[in-house]
Amino acid sequence: MSQGHTSAAGESHGSYSAYFIGFVLAVILTVASFAAVMMHLLPPGATLGALAVLAIVQIVVHLVFFLHLNSRSEQGWNLMAFLFAAGSVVILIGGTMFIMHDTAINMMSR
Amino acid sequence: MAHEATMSPHGHAADHGEHHHESPVVFGFWLYLMTDCILFGSIFAAFAVLRNQFAGGPSGKELFDLTNVGIETAILLFSSITYGFASLSAAAKNKTMLLVWLAVTFVLGLSFVGLEVSEFSHMIAEGNGPDRSAFLSAFFTLVGTHGLHVTCGLIWMVVLMVQVLGPQGLSQRMISKLTCLSLFWHFLDIVWICVFSFVYLAGVM
Repeated sequence: MSQGHTSAAGESHGSYSAYFIGFVLAVILTVASFAAVMMHLLPPGATLGALAVLAIVQIVVHLVFFLHLNSRSEQGWNLMAFLFAAGSVVILIGGTMFIMHDTAINMMSR
Repeated sequence: MAHEATMSPHGHAADHGEHHHESPVVFGFWLYLMTDCILFGSIFAAFAVLRNQFAGGPSGKELFDLTNVGIETAILLFSSITYGFASLSAAAKNKTMLLVWLAVTFVLGLSFVGLEVSEFSHMIAEGNGPDRSAFLSAFFTLVGTHGLHVTCGLIWMVVLMVQVLGPQGLSQRMISKLTCLSLFWHFLDIVWICVFSFVYLAGVM
């Protein structure tokens, strides 16, 4: 029970200890995000950067400890699909913000 | 029986020799989640573009109640770990504990949706609905889509609880279904990380 269980179909279900570790890490990262904003610890630009870093770290924590995403052979395709989707989302959001910002400047709407 | 249920959707097991360790159902569901990820990416992109278009209406600073957001975040995080315990109970073939943890997860998810609905109705009652400004349209679309996903997850959870009690029990096929919902539920928590970081916390700065 304490070690990772693998079913006949091969999906890993993790373990109680992995869920606890993930949960504690997620709580620490979430509290850090809220504290950074509510206690005004940093200037606004730096706070936004800190929020982004904390969010990305927490996403990785969730993926590893809750979704059991890893690069082991049977899960290589899961990871590949995730990286492709993550890359698409980065291009989508980054590209949209870049183009719309550029448009706004050229239209002198700001 | 369990073996037969696993193999029936594949046809001949030999044809899938190279995928022996991977359930095609769970992998297929993972691919669906990746497309959902792109859906949320598009809505986040719209929100990012419209986040400062207040049209003279209220900004996030005046609207968002971080205590409420903190409680919602805590609820979703707890529901993630309780669903994890449900998965472990299912893997250990412990039907009672599986149902208990699913019920706990369901109650947490329902209270999350309840808090969100009360937040939305409060905002709309004060005239700050999605029709007030582009910022609020983007806000309601993004947070509402997430809430709709959570609601679908709750319905799915009830269906699975009923099915576990039925003749299927904890067959291999049932474990696959529970794994798919587990991925869905944890994925929604990941989307929520982006929502509370970039919509609520960045909005009140």
